[in-house]
Amino acid sequence: MTPTSPEVIDLTQVKRNLAFSDQLTPTHKLRTCIQCGTCTASCPSAEAMDISPRQMWRMVNLGLEDEVLHSKTMWLCTICYQCSVRCPRGIPLTETIAKLKQLAIQARIQEWSESTKFYKSFSDVMRTYGRMREMEFMARYFLATNLFAAIPFTGMAMTMFVRGKLKPELPKLGGAGRLDRLFNRVAELEGRK
Amino acid sequence: MKYLFYPGCSMHGSALEYQTSMLAVLEAMGAEIKELDDWTCCGASVASVMSDLLGLALPARNLALAEAADGGRPLLVGCSSCYTNLRRTALAAANPATLAKINQALKVENLTYHGAAPGETRHLLDVLANDFGPDAIRACVKRPLTGLKVAPYYGCQTVRPYSPFDDSQHPTSMVGILEALGATVYHYSHEATCCGTALLTTKPHVGFEIVGQILDGASAADCLAAVCPMCHLNLDSYQDHVSKALARSEPINIPVLFLPQLIGLAFGLPDDQLLLKRHVVSAAPVLARLPTQ
Repeated sequence: MTPTSPEVIDLTQVKRNLAFSDQLTPTHKLRTCIQCGTCTASCPSAEAMDISPRQMWRMVNLGLEDEVLHSKTMWLCTICYQCSVRCPRGIPLTETIAKLKQLAIQARIQEWSESTKFYKSFSDVMRTYGRMREMEFMARYFLATNLFAAIPFTGMAMTMFVRGKLKPELPKLGGAGRLDRLFNRVAELEGRK
Repeated sequence: MKYLFYPGCSMHGSALEYQTSMLAVLEAMGAEIKELDDWTCCGASVASVMSDLLGLALPARNLALAEAADGGRPLLVGCSSCYTNLRRTALAAANPATLAKINQALKVENLTYHGAAPGETRHLLDVLANDFGPDAIRACVKRPLTGLKVAPYYGCQTVRPYSPFDDSQHPTSMVGILEALGATVYHYSHEATCCGTALLTTKPHVGFEIVGQILDGASAADCLAAVCPMCHLNLDSYQDHVSKALARSEPINIPVLFLPQLIGLAFGLPDDQLLLKRHVVSAAPVLARLPTQ
Protein backbone atom coordinates (compact mmCIF):
# COMPACT_ATOMS: atom_id res chain seq x y z
CA MET A 1 0.00 0.00 0.00
CA THR A 2 1.03 3.57 -0.49
CA PRO A 3 1.26 5.93 2.45
CA THR A 4 -2.02 7.63 3.20
CA SER A 5 -2.03 11.36 2.82
CA PRO A 6 -1.95 12.54 6.41
CA GLU A 7 -4.07 15.61 5.78
CA VAL A 8 -7.47 14.04 6.34
CA ILE A 9 -7.87 10.60 7.85
CA ASP A 10 -11.35 9.31 8.67
CA LEU A 11 -10.68 7.35 11.83
CA THR A 12 -13.87 5.35 11.40
CA GLN A 13 -12.62 4.01 8.09
CA VAL A 14 -9.11 2.84 8.96
CA LYS A 15 -7.68 -0.08 10.85
CA ARG A 16 -6.18 1.03 14.15
CA ASN A 17 -3.93 -0.64 16.67
CA LEU A 18 -4.69 1.28 19.84
CA ALA A 19 -1.80 -0.36 21.68
CA PHE A 20 0.76 0.75 19.05
CA SER A 21 2.05 3.75 21.00
CA ASP A 22 2.56 1.80 24.20
CA GLN A 23 4.27 -1.02 22.32
CA LEU A 24 6.81 1.52 21.09
CA THR A 25 7.43 3.24 24.41
CA PRO A 26 6.42 1.06 27.34
CA THR A 27 6.80 4.08 29.62
CA HIS A 28 3.76 5.66 27.85
CA LYS A 29 5.89 8.73 27.22
CA LEU A 30 4.72 9.08 23.65
CA ARG A 31 1.19 9.60 24.97
CA THR A 32 2.35 12.89 26.48
CA CYS A 33 3.12 14.43 23.07
CA ILE A 34 1.57 17.90 22.85
CA GLN A 35 1.98 18.23 19.06
CA CYS A 36 4.14 21.33 19.40
CA GLY A 37 6.11 20.48 16.26
CA THR A 38 9.56 21.09 17.76
CA CYS A 39 10.60 17.70 16.35
CA THR A 40 9.66 18.69 12.80
CA ALA A 41 11.25 22.11 13.12
CA SER A 42 14.49 20.51 14.36
CA CYS A 43 14.73 17.73 11.80
CA PRO A 44 17.38 18.11 9.07
CA SER A 45 15.45 15.90 6.64
CA ALA A 46 11.81 16.73 7.47
CA GLU A 47 11.29 18.40 4.09
CA ALA A 48 11.90 15.14 2.26
CA MET A 49 9.47 13.12 4.40
CA ASP A 50 5.99 12.06 3.30
CA ILE A 51 4.72 12.48 6.87
CA SER A 52 6.37 15.05 9.12
CA PRO A 53 7.73 13.86 12.47
CA ARG A 54 4.99 15.71 14.37
CA GLN A 55 2.29 14.14 12.20
CA MET A 56 3.87 10.73 12.55
CA TRP A 57 3.85 10.81 16.37
CA ARG A 58 0.18 11.85 16.29
CA MET A 59 -0.56 8.93 13.95
CA VAL A 60 1.30 6.57 16.27
CA ASN A 61 -0.83 7.74 19.20
CA LEU A 62 -3.96 7.25 17.08
CA GLY A 63 -2.88 3.68 16.36
CA LEU A 64 -2.41 4.14 12.60
CA GLU A 65 0.21 1.42 12.52
CA ASP A 66 0.03 0.51 8.82
CA GLU A 67 0.29 4.11 7.64
CA VAL A 68 3.28 4.75 9.90
CA LEU A 69 5.14 1.54 9.08
CA HIS A 70 4.73 2.11 5.34
CA SER A 71 5.84 5.73 5.43
CA LYS A 72 9.24 6.97 4.37
CA THR A 73 9.68 9.13 7.46
CA MET A 74 11.67 6.78 9.72
CA TRP A 75 14.10 5.98 6.90
CA LEU A 76 15.01 9.64 6.55
CA CYS A 77 15.97 9.95 10.20
CA THR A 78 19.71 10.64 10.44
CA ILE A 79 19.80 9.78 14.17
CA CYS A 80 21.04 13.27 15.04
CA TYR A 81 19.00 13.35 18.29
CA GLN A 82 18.05 17.00 17.80
CA CYS A 83 14.32 16.22 18.22
CA SER A 84 15.04 14.12 21.32
CA VAL A 85 17.08 16.72 23.15
CA ARG A 86 14.63 19.51 22.27
CA CYS A 87 11.36 17.64 22.93
CA PRO A 88 9.65 19.55 25.78
CA ARG A 89 8.07 16.29 26.96
CA GLY A 90 11.38 14.44 27.08
CA ILE A 91 10.16 11.68 24.76
CA PRO A 92 13.04 9.49 23.49
CA LEU A 93 12.01 10.11 19.87
CA THR A 94 15.22 9.00 18.15
CA GLU A 95 15.25 5.68 19.98
CA THR A 96 11.57 5.20 19.22
CA ILE A 97 12.41 5.59 15.53
CA ALA A 98 14.89 2.71 15.84
CA LYS A 99 12.01 0.69 17.27
CA LEU A 100 9.79 1.65 14.32
CA LYS A 101 12.50 0.52 11.91
CA GLN A 102 12.69 -2.82 13.75
CA LEU A 103 8.93 -3.30 13.33
CA ALA A 104 9.01 -2.33 9.65
CA ILE A 105 11.84 -4.80 8.99
CA GLN A 106 10.04 -7.55 10.93
CA ALA A 107 6.84 -6.83 9.00
CA ARG A 108 8.87 -7.13 5.78
CA ILE A 109 7.62 -3.82 4.47
CA GLN A 110 8.70 -3.67 0.84
CA GLU A 111 8.92 0.10 0.35
CA TRP A 112 12.22 1.87 1.02
CA SER A 113 14.20 -1.32 0.58
CA GLU A 114 17.30 0.77 -0.18
CA SER A 115 17.29 1.56 3.53
CA THR A 116 16.43 -1.89 4.89
CA LYS A 117 19.10 -3.42 2.64
CA PHE A 118 21.60 -0.88 3.93
CA TYR A 119 21.00 -2.18 7.45
CA LYS A 120 21.06 -5.80 6.32
CA SER A 121 24.35 -5.41 4.38
CA PHE A 122 25.99 -3.60 7.29
CA SER A 123 24.79 -6.18 9.79
CA ASP A 124 26.04 -9.07 7.64
CA VAL A 125 29.54 -7.61 7.33
CA MET A 126 29.66 -6.82 11.06
CA ARG A 127 28.58 -10.36 11.90
CA THR A 128 31.10 -11.95 9.55
CA TYR A 129 34.23 -10.00 10.48
CA GLY A 130 33.36 -8.45 13.83
CA ARG A 131 34.46 -5.15 12.34
CA MET A 132 33.21 -3.11 9.43
CA ARG A 133 34.84 -3.48 6.05
CA GLU A 134 33.75 -0.38 4.22
CA MET A 135 34.46 -1.60 0.67
CA GLU A 136 32.72 -4.92 1.10
CA PHE A 137 29.77 -3.26 2.81
CA MET A 138 29.33 -0.85 -0.11
CA ALA A 139 29.73 -3.68 -2.64
CA ARG A 140 27.10 -5.78 -0.86
CA TYR A 141 24.78 -2.81 -0.56
CA PHE A 142 24.88 -1.83 -4.23
CA LEU A 143 24.61 -5.48 -5.32
CA ALA A 144 21.53 -5.92 -3.13
CA THR A 145 19.85 -2.70 -4.28
CA ASN A 146 20.86 -1.28 -7.65
CA LEU A 147 24.30 -1.69 -9.07
CA PHE A 148 23.73 1.20 -11.48
CA ALA A 149 23.18 3.54 -8.55
CA ALA A 150 26.87 3.02 -7.73
CA ILE A 151 28.04 4.43 -11.08
CA PRO A 152 27.93 8.13 -10.12
CA PHE A 153 30.14 7.32 -7.13
CA THR A 154 32.86 5.42 -8.99
CA GLY A 155 34.96 8.55 -9.56
CA MET A 156 34.87 9.42 -5.89
CA ALA A 157 35.63 5.82 -4.93
CA MET A 158 38.66 5.84 -7.27
CA THR A 159 39.95 9.04 -5.67
CA MET A 160 39.50 7.51 -2.22
CA PHE A 161 41.22 4.35 -3.38
CA VAL A 162 44.20 6.24 -4.79
CA ARG A 163 44.51 8.28 -1.56
CA GLY A 164 44.51 5.05 0.45
CA LYS A 165 41.14 5.68 2.11
CA LEU A 166 39.61 2.49 0.77
CA LYS A 167 41.36 -0.69 1.67
CA PRO A 168 40.68 -3.71 -0.56
CA GLU A 169 40.43 -6.98 1.35
CA LEU A 170 39.51 -10.43 0.12
CA PRO A 171 35.99 -11.39 1.16
CA LYS A 172 35.55 -14.36 3.42
CA LEU A 173 33.48 -17.07 1.73
CA GLY A 174 31.79 -19.53 4.05
CA GLY A 175 32.89 -20.58 7.53
CA ALA A 176 31.71 -19.22 10.84
CA GLY A 177 31.40 -15.46 11.24
CA ARG A 178 33.31 -13.68 13.99
CA LEU A 179 30.14 -12.63 15.80
CA ASP A 180 27.87 -15.57 14.85
CA ARG A 181 27.77 -16.84 18.43
CA LEU A 182 26.75 -13.48 19.87
CA PHE A 183 24.17 -12.80 17.12
CA ASN A 184 22.68 -16.28 17.58
CA ARG A 185 22.59 -15.97 21.34
CA VAL A 186 20.80 -12.60 21.11
CA ALA A 187 18.24 -14.08 18.70
CA GLU A 188 17.69 -17.00 21.05
CA LEU A 189 17.21 -14.72 24.08
CA GLU A 190 14.73 -12.60 22.13
CA GLY A 191 12.80 -15.66 21.08
CA ARG A 192 13.54 -15.18 17.39
CA LYS A 193 15.03 -18.61 16.93
CA MET B 1 47.54 10.58 31.46
CA LYS B 2 46.71 7.02 30.53
CA TYR B 3 43.95 5.87 28.22
CA LEU B 4 42.61 2.69 26.75
CA PHE B 5 41.80 3.32 23.08
CA TYR B 6 38.74 2.00 21.26
CA PRO B 7 39.42 2.85 17.59
CA GLY B 8 36.15 1.75 15.97
CA CYS B 9 35.99 0.38 12.46
CA SER B 10 36.49 3.56 10.40
CA MET B 11 39.81 4.30 12.07
CA HIS B 12 41.34 1.25 10.47
CA GLY B 13 39.89 2.14 7.08
CA SER B 14 38.75 5.44 5.67
CA ALA B 15 39.72 7.50 8.72
CA LEU B 16 43.22 6.13 9.36
CA GLU B 17 44.53 9.71 9.26
CA TYR B 18 42.23 10.56 12.19
CA GLN B 19 43.61 7.73 14.33
CA THR B 20 47.22 8.41 13.32
CA SER B 21 47.06 12.15 14.02
CA MET B 22 45.06 11.69 17.23
CA LEU B 23 47.58 9.27 18.71
CA ALA B 24 50.52 11.41 17.58
CA VAL B 25 49.11 14.56 19.14
CA LEU B 26 48.14 12.91 22.42
CA GLU B 27 51.52 11.23 22.71
CA ALA B 28 53.26 14.52 21.95
CA MET B 29 51.46 15.90 25.02
CA GLY B 30 52.61 13.00 27.15
CA ALA B 31 49.58 10.68 27.08
CA GLU B 32 50.07 6.95 27.27
CA ILE B 33 47.67 5.05 25.05
CA LYS B 34 46.99 1.36 24.72
CA GLU B 35 44.62 -0.06 22.11
CA LEU B 36 41.86 -2.31 23.45
CA ASP B 37 42.63 -5.89 22.44
CA ASP B 38 40.09 -7.87 20.44
CA TRP B 39 37.61 -4.99 20.09
CA THR B 40 34.69 -5.40 17.72
CA CYS B 41 32.18 -3.09 16.02
CA CYS B 42 29.96 -1.04 18.36
CA GLY B 43 26.95 -1.82 16.18
CA ALA B 44 26.88 1.69 14.68
CA SER B 45 23.35 2.90 14.00
CA VAL B 46 22.49 -0.55 12.68
CA ALA B 47 22.46 -3.01 15.60
CA SER B 48 19.66 -1.32 17.56
CA VAL B 49 17.54 -1.45 14.40
CA MET B 50 18.12 -5.19 14.12
CA SER B 51 17.19 -5.79 17.77
CA ASP B 52 17.13 -4.02 21.15
CA LEU B 53 19.46 -6.52 22.76
CA LEU B 54 21.94 -6.60 19.87
CA GLY B 55 22.10 -2.80 20.12
CA LEU B 56 23.28 -3.20 23.72
CA ALA B 57 25.29 -6.42 23.48
CA LEU B 58 27.69 -5.20 20.79
CA PRO B 59 28.81 -2.07 22.67
CA ALA B 60 28.76 -4.00 25.97
CA ARG B 61 31.15 -6.58 24.55
CA ASN B 62 33.73 -3.81 24.21
CA LEU B 63 32.91 -2.24 27.57
CA ALA B 64 33.41 -5.64 29.20
CA LEU B 65 36.79 -6.01 27.48
CA ALA B 66 37.75 -2.52 28.66
CA GLU B 67 36.82 -3.32 32.27
CA ALA B 68 38.88 -6.49 32.16
CA ALA B 69 41.83 -4.90 30.35
CA ASP B 70 42.99 -2.23 32.69
CA GLY B 71 40.95 -0.86 35.55
CA GLY B 72 41.02 2.85 35.98
CA ARG B 73 41.96 3.83 32.45
CA PRO B 74 39.26 5.85 30.70
CA LEU B 75 38.19 4.50 27.31
CA LEU B 76 39.18 7.00 24.62
CA VAL B 77 36.92 7.11 21.55
CA GLY B 78 37.30 9.29 18.45
CA CYS B 79 34.17 8.29 16.56
CA SER B 80 31.01 10.03 17.73
CA SER B 81 28.77 7.12 16.78
CA CYS B 82 30.89 4.62 18.79
CA TYR B 83 30.90 7.14 21.63
CA THR B 84 27.10 7.41 21.60
CA ASN B 85 26.63 3.63 21.50
CA LEU B 86 29.09 2.93 24.31
CA ARG B 87 27.61 5.61 26.56
CA ARG B 88 24.01 4.68 25.74
CA THR B 89 24.81 1.09 26.75
CA ALA B 90 26.58 2.09 29.97
CA LEU B 91 23.55 4.21 30.91
CA ALA B 92 21.09 1.43 30.08
CA ALA B 93 23.14 -1.03 32.15
CA ALA B 94 22.37 0.97 35.27
CA ASN B 95 19.10 -0.97 35.19
CA PRO B 96 19.95 -4.34 36.81
CA ALA B 97 17.46 -6.26 34.63
CA THR B 98 19.03 -4.83 31.46
CA LEU B 99 22.53 -5.58 32.69
CA ALA B 100 21.52 -9.16 33.47
CA LYS B 101 20.10 -9.57 29.97
CA ILE B 102 23.28 -8.15 28.42
CA ASN B 103 25.37 -10.61 30.40
CA GLN B 104 23.19 -13.54 29.36
CA ALA B 105 24.17 -12.62 25.81
CA LEU B 106 27.86 -11.98 26.56
CA LYS B 107 28.22 -15.40 28.15
CA VAL B 108 28.89 -16.92 24.72
CA GLU B 109 31.89 -14.61 24.43
CA ASN B 110 33.06 -15.58 27.94
CA LEU B 111 32.68 -11.99 29.03
CA THR B 112 30.90 -10.23 31.85
CA TYR B 113 30.08 -6.56 31.92
CA HIS B 114 29.89 -5.10 35.42
CA GLY B 115 28.31 -1.84 34.38
CA ALA B 116 31.19 0.62 34.37
CA ALA B 117 30.04 4.22 34.68
CA PRO B 118 29.28 6.02 31.39
CA GLY B 119 31.82 8.65 32.45
CA GLU B 120 34.61 6.18 31.76
CA THR B 121 33.98 6.44 28.02
CA ARG B 122 35.48 9.70 26.79
CA HIS B 123 35.34 11.42 23.41
CA LEU B 124 38.63 12.69 21.98
CA LEU B 125 37.26 16.24 21.96
CA ASP B 126 36.41 15.99 25.67
CA VAL B 127 39.91 14.69 26.43
CA LEU B 128 41.58 17.44 24.40
CA ALA B 129 39.41 20.24 25.78
CA ASN B 130 39.20 19.12 29.40
CA ASP B 131 41.97 16.65 30.34
CA PHE B 132 44.62 18.66 28.51
CA GLY B 133 42.96 22.00 27.78
CA PRO B 134 44.07 25.02 25.77
CA ASP B 135 47.06 25.85 28.00
CA ALA B 136 48.69 22.42 27.68
CA ILE B 137 48.02 22.50 23.94
CA ARG B 138 49.44 26.02 23.56
CA ALA B 139 52.59 24.90 25.36
CA CYS B 140 53.31 22.39 22.56
CA VAL B 141 52.70 24.76 19.64
CA LYS B 142 55.82 25.30 17.55
CA ARG B 143 54.23 26.69 14.43
CA PRO B 144 51.10 28.74 15.19
CA LEU B 145 48.28 28.60 12.65
CA THR B 146 48.20 32.40 12.54
CA GLY B 147 45.73 33.76 10.03
CA LEU B 148 44.06 30.43 9.35
CA LYS B 149 40.27 30.69 9.56
CA VAL B 150 38.90 27.39 10.85
CA ALA B 151 35.19 26.51 10.96
CA PRO B 152 34.61 24.03 13.80
CA TYR B 153 32.20 21.24 12.93
CA TYR B 154 30.92 19.22 15.89
CA GLY B 155 28.15 17.32 14.14
CA CYS B 156 25.45 15.69 16.16
CA GLN B 157 26.44 12.71 18.27
CA THR B 158 29.64 14.34 19.53
CA VAL B 159 27.49 16.65 21.64
CA ARG B 160 24.18 14.84 22.01
CA PRO B 161 22.38 13.17 23.57
CA TYR B 162 24.73 11.34 25.97
CA SER B 163 27.55 13.83 25.96
CA PRO B 164 28.07 15.68 29.24
CA PHE B 165 31.07 17.78 28.26
CA ASP B 166 29.53 20.41 25.99
CA ASP B 167 26.28 22.13 25.13
CA SER B 168 24.07 20.08 22.82
CA GLN B 169 22.93 23.16 20.86
CA HIS B 170 25.85 25.58 20.97
CA PRO B 171 29.03 23.61 21.63
CA THR B 172 32.24 25.53 22.26
CA SER B 173 34.87 22.89 23.10
CA MET B 174 36.85 23.51 19.92
CA VAL B 175 37.08 27.28 20.38
CA GLY B 176 39.75 27.29 23.09
CA ILE B 177 41.72 24.57 21.30
CA LEU B 178 41.73 26.34 17.93
CA GLU B 179 42.65 29.65 19.56
CA ALA B 180 45.49 27.94 21.42
CA LEU B 181 46.82 26.87 18.00
CA GLY B 182 46.79 30.51 16.90
CA ALA B 183 43.94 29.95 14.43
CA THR B 184 40.93 32.21 13.99
CA VAL B 185 37.63 30.51 14.81
CA TYR B 186 35.03 31.03 12.10
CA HIS B 187 31.52 30.70 13.54
CA TYR B 188 28.52 29.75 11.39
CA SER B 189 25.08 28.38 12.06
CA HIS B 190 25.62 24.70 11.23
CA GLU B 191 28.35 23.75 13.71
CA ALA B 192 26.22 21.16 15.50
CA THR B 193 23.79 20.12 12.77
CA CYS B 194 23.84 16.64 11.32
CA CYS B 195 26.10 15.63 8.39
CA GLY B 196 23.38 13.44 6.90
CA THR B 197 25.06 10.16 7.91
CA ALA B 198 23.77 7.21 5.87
CA LEU B 199 21.45 9.34 3.74
CA LEU B 200 24.44 10.14 1.51
CA THR B 201 24.23 6.48 0.47
CA THR B 202 20.55 5.59 0.78
CA LYS B 203 18.90 8.92 -0.20
CA PRO B 204 21.79 10.83 -1.79
CA HIS B 205 19.81 13.88 -2.88
CA VAL B 206 18.51 14.52 0.62
CA GLY B 207 22.04 14.01 1.95
CA PHE B 208 23.56 16.40 -0.61
CA GLU B 209 21.17 19.18 0.51
CA ILE B 210 22.19 18.68 4.13
CA VAL B 211 25.93 18.65 3.38
CA GLY B 212 25.49 21.64 1.03
CA GLN B 213 24.00 23.75 3.81
CA ILE B 214 26.90 22.98 6.15
CA LEU B 215 29.58 23.65 3.53
CA ASP B 216 27.83 26.86 2.43
CA GLY B 217 27.72 28.02 6.03
CA ALA B 218 31.45 27.46 6.40
CA SER B 219 32.43 28.68 2.91
CA ALA B 220 34.18 31.85 4.09
CA ALA B 221 36.56 29.79 6.25
CA ASP B 222 39.84 28.26 5.04
CA CYS B 223 38.85 24.79 6.25
CA LEU B 224 36.54 22.86 8.52
CA ALA B 225 37.66 20.92 11.58
CA ALA B 226 35.92 17.58 12.18
CA VAL B 227 35.93 15.19 15.13
CA CYS B 228 34.10 12.16 13.71
CA PRO B 229 35.00 9.82 10.81
CA MET B 230 31.44 9.79 9.44
CA CYS B 231 31.13 13.57 9.46
CA HIS B 232 34.50 13.84 7.77
CA LEU B 233 33.64 11.33 5.06
CA ASN B 234 30.38 13.08 4.23
CA LEU B 235 31.78 16.62 4.25
CA ASP B 236 35.02 15.82 2.40
CA SER B 237 34.19 13.13 -0.14
CA TYR B 238 30.95 14.33 -1.70
CA GLN B 239 31.75 17.96 -2.51
CA ASP B 240 31.66 17.36 -6.31
CA HIS B 241 28.32 15.56 -6.01
CA VAL B 242 26.92 18.28 -3.79
CA SER B 243 28.01 21.01 -6.24
CA LYS B 244 26.32 19.17 -9.12
CA ALA B 245 23.15 18.31 -7.19
CA LEU B 246 22.76 21.93 -6.09
CA ALA B 247 23.67 23.19 -9.61
CA ARG B 248 26.52 25.39 -8.40
CA SER B 249 28.30 27.42 -11.07
CA GLU B 250 31.30 27.63 -8.74
CA PRO B 251 32.07 24.14 -7.40
CA ILE B 252 32.30 23.80 -3.63
CA ASN B 253 35.89 23.09 -2.67
CA ILE B 254 36.77 23.50 0.98
CA PRO B 255 39.28 21.30 2.80
CA VAL B 256 37.99 19.35 5.79
CA LEU B 257 40.66 18.38 8.32
CA PHE B 258 40.40 16.33 11.45
CA LEU B 259 40.98 18.51 14.52
CA PRO B 260 44.09 16.53 15.60
CA GLN B 261 45.58 17.07 12.13
CA LEU B 262 45.35 20.83 12.72
CA ILE B 263 46.80 20.44 16.20
CA GLY B 264 49.61 18.31 14.77
CA LEU B 265 50.39 20.94 12.14
CA ALA B 266 50.73 23.54 14.89
CA PHE B 267 52.90 21.14 16.91
CA GLY B 268 55.17 20.86 13.87
CA LEU B 269 54.63 17.09 13.54
CA PRO B 270 55.79 15.47 10.27
CA ASP B 271 53.27 14.39 7.64
CA ASP B 272 53.70 10.67 8.33
CA GLN B 273 51.98 11.38 11.65
CA LEU B 274 49.24 13.54 10.14
CA LEU B 275 48.56 11.92 6.74
CA LEU B 276 47.25 15.12 5.21
CA LYS B 277 47.30 13.78 1.65
CA ARG B 278 44.53 11.23 2.18
CA HIS B 279 41.55 13.54 1.85
CA VAL B 280 39.46 13.82 -1.29
CA VAL B 281 39.61 17.63 -1.16
CA SER B 282 43.27 18.59 -1.05
CA ALA B 283 44.55 20.15 2.17
CA ALA B 284 47.25 21.99 0.18
CA PRO B 285 45.52 25.42 0.36
CA VAL B 286 45.55 25.12 4.16
CA LEU B 287 49.27 24.36 4.21
CA ALA B 288 49.90 27.22 1.79
CA ARG B 289 48.28 29.71 4.17
CA LEU B 290 50.48 28.79 7.09
CA PRO B 291 53.30 31.17 7.87
CA THR B 292 56.62 29.85 6.58
CA GLN B 293 59.01 28.82 9.26
